[in-house]
Amino acid sequence: MTRRVAAIGEGSYAVEGVYILASGTVVGDKEAQGPLGHYFDVTWSPSGSSRSFEREERELLQRSQEIALAKARLDWPAVELVLGGDLLDQLVTTSFVGRAHGRPLLGMFAACATFTEALAVGSLLVAGGGPAVVLASAVSHHYAAERQFRYPVELGNQRYPTSSWTATAAGSSVLASAPGPIAVEAVTIGRVVDYGQKDPNDYGSAMAPAAVDTIHRHLRALGRTVEDYDAIFTGDLGEFGRRLALKLAQEELGEDWRARLDDCGRVLYDLQRQDVHNGASGAGCSAAVFGGYLSHQLTQGGWRRLLLAATGALLSPTTAQQGESIPSIAHAVSLRAERGGEAR
Amino acid sequence: MSQSAQARYQYWVKTMRPKKPVAMNLVAAFLVGGAISEVGQIIQWVFLRQGLSPEKASTPTAIVLIGLSALFTGLGWYDRLTKLGGMGASLPITGFANAMVAPAMEFRAEGLVLGVGARLFTVAGPVLAWGMAAAFVVGLVRLVFGVAI
Repeated sequence: MTRRVAAIGEGSYAVEGVYILASGTVVGDKEAQGPLGHYFDVTWSPSGSSRSFEREERELLQRSQEIALAKARLDWPAVELVLGGDLLDQLVTTSFVGRAHGRPLLGMFAACATFTEALAVGSLLVAGGGPAVVLASAVSHHYAAERQFRYPVELGNQRYPTSSWTATAAGSSVLASAPGPIAVEAVTIGRVVDYGQKDPNDYGSAMAPAAVDTIHRHLRALGRTVEDYDAIFTGDLGEFGRRLALKLAQEELGEDWRARLDDCGRVLYDLQRQDVHNGASGAGCSAAVFGGYLSHQLTQGGWRRLLLAATGALLSPTTAQQGESIPSIAHAVSLRAERGGEAR
Repeated sequence: MSQSAQARYQYWVKTMRPKKPVAMNLVAAFLVGGAISEVGQIIQWVFLRQGLSPEKASTPTAIVLIGLSALFTGLGWYDRLTKLGGMGASLPITGFANAMVAPAMEFRAEGLVLGVGARLFTVAGPVLAWGMAAAFVVGLVRLVFGVAI
């Protein structure tokens, strides 16, 4: 297989000879009870009472990585590079799991856009003739994130209609130069976009401009329109953020994205029944929704092309308290079904 | 990105943002806050019937309410009550107890000194600090002007 990478625009690269062999997903109870529940590999519930949420998050990530490798029929020694991240300070989850697997590791942080950052960088490295097998992953844990970013778990408070629910989920995908069911076609590295939104209870409106910016640059670099895709999935804009992204595309670009654009955070839960307000968020959300639902659509659901553009709000509790606006980023990856996608 | 594009976007965010159900929240806060107060009143009546004077009955009443709130926090119920009742559940003494017990449970994993000890007042701390500051100011006013409050 020829491996090739070519610059096609600012931050955009077409890649050849990069495939996703398999993905592993592990989710919590609430995620398993959502509309996508049956697409995930493992529903995970905590074991033992003395464990911390941080330890639970590590177990989630490790399980998802092991499942991805098992499905790709690979062992740990075959993995040349592990890429990925989480939401906890100093990326402890990713690093601590790295202590167990012992493979070369690059930790990444782009908040909820971490998974597509890992996919994009991994694809570039594989296409450029670097490692031949890369494991890309992202994880988040609702309660570990709550106690770091918001309040103690049992403290009573009311959530805003624009609040999102950090998903307890992990997703890992095996990128390789050996042919597989999903091919990576192109990647676009996002730029930091900040339209001045300051509300830490509303990430959707902060991230929507970044999503539109990256998707627009990606499509322009490839000379494509949204109609060239079966679906375009952003990560974690939620219901409100998706509406704002559609509005931006309509007003600023004059394009109607309604038929194609959806959002990982919007589909993970039943927004009404599960009382999650704006939808899901968290680094693990887009990783699990891709590894479970979206990759299934590509391999067995008849989709031919998917654009995955996860978005991240790059703030910290400190910057929010200091009244700073929320810079955001989105990284995009174009994926193509290699077989089983001939229906369309 | 032009200045006008940003201003236009901020206008869309403002006009399209889903609204808080204020009327429903107010009714829920009234009912939940009222119910907690009623429970407190019943507990006080019990102590009065035991022969305590009205002044002396208030302390054990508060203790029972705090105990109940701590229990409900431990069982994972109090945060649901606050989700429904908002300030109606946060403002009474039971809400304060919740604000103390929740961090105590939360930071057990970091140890008794640097976990529970250091972070017990994470939520209640500001209330105590500014409550005491306000009490000091009011006390000063009373001292200087000699008014009975």
